[in-house]
Amino acid sequence: MSEWPLYEVFVRSKRGLNHVHVGSLHAADDETALRHARDLYTRRNEGVSIWAVRSDHIAAASPDEKDPFFAPSGDKVYRHPTFYAIPDDVPHM
Amino acid sequence: MADLEEHFNHTIEKDRRVEPRDWMPDGYRATMVRQIAQHAHSEIIGMQPEGEWITRAPSLRRKAILLAKVQDEAGHGLYLYSAAETLGADRAELTAMLIEGRQKYSSIFNYPTLGYADVGVIGWLVDGAAICNQVPLCRSSYGPYARAMIRICKEESFHQRQGYELLMTMMRGTEAQRAMVQDAVNRWWWPSLMMFGPPDDASPNTARSMAWKIKRHTNDELRQRFVDMTVPQAEALGVTLPDPDLRWNPERGQHDFGAIDWSELKRVISGDGPCNARRLAVRRAAHENGAWVREAATAHARKTAHAHETAHAHETAPASEGAGRGVVA
Repeated sequence: MSEWPLYEVFVRSKRGLNHVHVGSLHAADDETALRHARDLYTRRNEGVSIWAVRSDHIAAASPDEKDPFFAPSGDKVYRHPTFYAIPDDVPHM
Repeated sequence: MADLEEHFNHTIEKDRRVEPRDWMPDGYRATMVRQIAQHAHSEIIGMQPEGEWITRAPSLRRKAILLAKVQDEAGHGLYLYSAAETLGADRAELTAMLIEGRQKYSSIFNYPTLGYADVGVIGWLVDGAAICNQVPLCRSSYGPYARAMIRICKEESFHQRQGYELLMTMMRGTEAQRAMVQDAVNRWWWPSLMMFGPPDDASPNTARSMAWKIKRHTNDELRQRFVDMTVPQAEALGVTLPDPDLRWNPERGQHDFGAIDWSELKRVISGDGPCNARRLAVRRAAHENGAWVREAATAHARKTAHAHETAHAHETAPASEGAGRGVVA
C-alpha cells in the first residue's frame, strides 16, 4: 500500500480571525483530509472553518530569520511610523 | 558548517525555538525523533488500559467520558507523529518500529487495569505524572514538539479531573468501593513514580538534553514535584499512599519518600512487564485489521481522481502521488 499523502491543516477558530496552522495529518484524498482534520483538531469546538492543503503543494521559505531572503526589508526603517519625529503636542498622530 | 552550528547554538541560548527547516546537529535531530516517537507510541498504547473499560463503565455518562478520553489519547499520538514527521521521520516506519518492538513506549502502560477504580487512578496519578512531565515540555526548544505539548496539556487537565472526580464518587460509596480505590492506588503509586525515568545519576542523556533545552528539569526534580503535589490530593481523597517512608521534611520543604525498585522499571522496559506482549499484539492486530480500510480509501481516492481527470482532460492533471514532508509545521 502506498502511504497516504501528508496534508497541512489550518483552522479558523472564530469568525473574524485568520486560519492558523495547527499541524498535519495523512489522508487518502481532500475530502477525507477534512474529515480527519475535524476529528483530530476540532474535538472541542476549536474551529468554524478548516483548510487542508497537500504539504507538497506548499511553497515554503526558510523559517530562519537570518536568511538573506528577508534581508531586503531589514534596512527600511522608514516603513515604520516610529521613524518620524512628531512633536508631542500635535494631536491624533 | 561552523556558521550553522553557531547559529543553532545562538538560537538555543536565546531561548528561541528551533523550526523544521533549520540546520540542527545530527544528535539533536536523532534525540528529538526518538523522544517524540516514544511519546507518540505511549499515547497510542495508552489507549488500551482504559479502552478495555469503555463497555464496562457503570453509566452512559462514564462511558461517554471514557470514550472521549481514549479518543484524546489517539489525538495526542497523532499530534506527536505529525511533529516527528517535520524532522524527516516516516509515519509508516514509526508504526512499524512500534509494532515490531524496535521503539519503546512508556513502561506504565504495561500494567493491567484490574478494576474500574483503576480508570480513576490512571486519570489522577498517571495523567497527573504525565502533566508534571509535559508542562515544562511546552517550552521545549523544538517548535513543533512544544506546540503539540501545549495542545496536549490543555486536554490532559480534563483527564486528570475526570479521574479524581470518579475516585471521589467511589470514596463516597460503599466500603467495598473504597477498598477498590485503595487497592488501585497501591498498585499504581510506584509505577507512577517510575514514569519520570531513572534517577539523575543513572540518566546519562539528561545533561545533553538539558543543554539543548529539550528537557527543562531533571527526572528527580519532576518526581519530587509530583510527590509534593499528590500528597495533599491523597489526603483530600481519603486514601493512603503505599509508602511507609513518605513524610514531610520541614528542612527541605519537600516530602521524603522511600526507595524505588529500579530493577522493576528495568524489567518492564526491557519487555518483561505484565502486559508488554498483549499491548503490542493488540496494536499489531489493529494495524493489520485496518489494512483493508486504508487500501479501500486509497483505491477510492485514485478512482475519483481518475474520473476527475477524464472529465477535465483539458485542464491540468492532478498532482502525482507521494507523501510530502511537513515543511511548514
